[in-house]
Amino acid sequence: MDRSEALFETLIRLADDHLILGHRMSEWCGHAPMLEEDLAMPNIGLDLIGQSRPLYTYAGEVEGKGRDEDDFAYRRIERDYRNLLLVERPNGDFGHTMLRQLYYSAFMEPFWREAKNSTDETIAGIAAKAVKEVAYHVRHSGEWVIRLGDGTEESTRRMADAVEALAPYVDEVFADDEALDAAADLGIIPSPKNLRAEWDARIDAIFAEAQLERAQTVSISGGRQGRHGEQMGFLLADLQYVQRTYPGLTW
Amino acid sequence: MYSQGLIGTDSRSEETPEFLEAFQKRIDADEKIEPNDPMPEGYRKTLVRQIGQHAHSEIVGMLPEGNWITRAPSLRRKAALLAKVQDEGGHGLYLYSAAETLGVSRKQMTEELLSGKAKFSSIFSYPTLSWADIGAIGWLVDGAAIMNQIPLCRCSYGPYARAMIRVCKEESFHQRQGFEIMTVLAQGSDEQKEMAQDALNRFWWPALMMFGPHDSESSNGDQSMAWKIKRFTNDELRQKFVDATVPQAEYLGLTLPDPDLKYNEETGSYDFGAIDWDEFWRTVKGGGVMTRERLAARNKAWDEGEWVRDAALAHAAKRKARKEAAQHAAE
Repeated sequence: MDRSEALFETLIRLADDHLILGHRMSEWCGHAPMLEEDLAMPNIGLDLIGQSRPLYTYAGEVEGKGRDEDDFAYRRIERDYRNLLLVERPNGDFGHTMLRQLYYSAFMEPFWREAKNSTDETIAGIAAKAVKEVAYHVRHSGEWVIRLGDGTEESTRRMADAVEALAPYVDEVFADDEALDAAADLGIIPSPKNLRAEWDARIDAIFAEAQLERAQTVSISGGRQGRHGEQMGFLLADLQYVQRTYPGLTW
Repeated sequence: MYSQGLIGTDSRSEETPEFLEAFQKRIDADEKIEPNDPMPEGYRKTLVRQIGQHAHSEIVGMLPEGNWITRAPSLRRKAALLAKVQDEGGHGLYLYSAAETLGVSRKQMTEELLSGKAKFSSIFSYPTLSWADIGAIGWLVDGAAIMNQIPLCRCSYGPYARAMIRVCKEESFHQRQGFEIMTVLAQGSDEQKEMAQDALNRFWWPALMMFGPHDSESSNGDQSMAWKIKRFTNDELRQKFVDATVPQAEYLGLTLPDPDLKYNEETGSYDFGAIDWDEFWRTVKGGGVMTRERLAARNKAWDEGEWVRDAALAHAAKRKARKEAAQHAAE
């Protein structure tokens, strides 16, 4: 895999993660448990979608075929999306959503911090902005995991369910991946594998405060190869509805 | 929506004539009334009701637009809509805070919304059926809201007036955003033009209804004007809105769905056709197409969020207890 191919595939992976997770977060808008969260959750969704945009745009430039951010976001088939299965998981209850956010953000915080020193200037620039936003996402979701884990009997039970439900999707975040490994070798991004220890320590510290136990489970993966769960098709049906119904128009 | 907020308000008060006169003098001198100032009970009640209904409208208003966030046609539009809907939630938050200065809690106001006792603007009882509706809402609904709210920046009650200044800045940005969506559609394909026209057809009359009943039907308007809670009558604001919007529709090349709409040389304003007041009252009283669903969605979010709110309180209590225990141990 040459540099531009590794870079392109990396950008698509990161952009898809951010778009799909941002989309999931945006589904909460107007339906949150309290008004403050009706502001905070769309705000996180907005950050994520905002981060996906320069990644897609840059992927288009690297590819050199004239594709723009919306071509990638709206006009691909499901198998071409390269996001982690974790980020496409349905929202579930508020606890599931916050835990999913914490898992992803606690990965991306050290990722962006390291990527500020990328050999690729554009990635370094995107990272410099994103690292501030992701720090807030970790704090916000982490605080909720603690409150809910160490809250009432019901919230403790629900958080334990969320830990169980999302556990299979954690390993994929750090798994071997041809494109990401090649990009890491070229100093474009940090290697996800190398961020695992920091992630574990972060999650362990939060779980200790939340009085939650990590769950052991069999891993499920496939998102990085475009093999998604059944819910992904419905997410894309929603996301792509207007573009698919009226192809080729400007909005 | 604010004028609608006055429907059914009881603005009578039992204070002495001297007290009312002194209060009116302050109003007439354009002094701002602040939370701890003495005020007639009717003034307080009118404001609580109006600010509360304004806040509820912002919160319920997140739903029809939120309906298109996941289906917005481009990333740019998606981000802008998400930001817009988030702004509406923020407006709800400032407004509840403004109402709290009058001695009514957010919890109490939320309960009134959820039980159906408090009303929200009739405009949000209409469904959003296409992407163009998001443009039409920004253009017309936020446009009508601005028309209503700019004068409220000079409202006699300080906290409400100050909240409105910030709200108006954001609303005017939303209005431009909506108009820009409509511009792109109006200059687009036949399907897009048709979509834009259809949205305008459906939202025009409901937007005019946002200003509330005719002045002759608006029983509490005079007292609110005297107290400078309102600065213009419903019909004055409605006329201003029509006059501002007709040229915008012309610019877009869209037709307003009113065969009686005509420029009046004498008044320098546009005369317009009769509003369907039956539809208005039906909607205000809970019979709108989406009224039940909006309320059901708010109730669902609230009920499903109860365990989260309970857990947050329980956790805070545990932390406090632990901290106190640690302090005792240290002493």
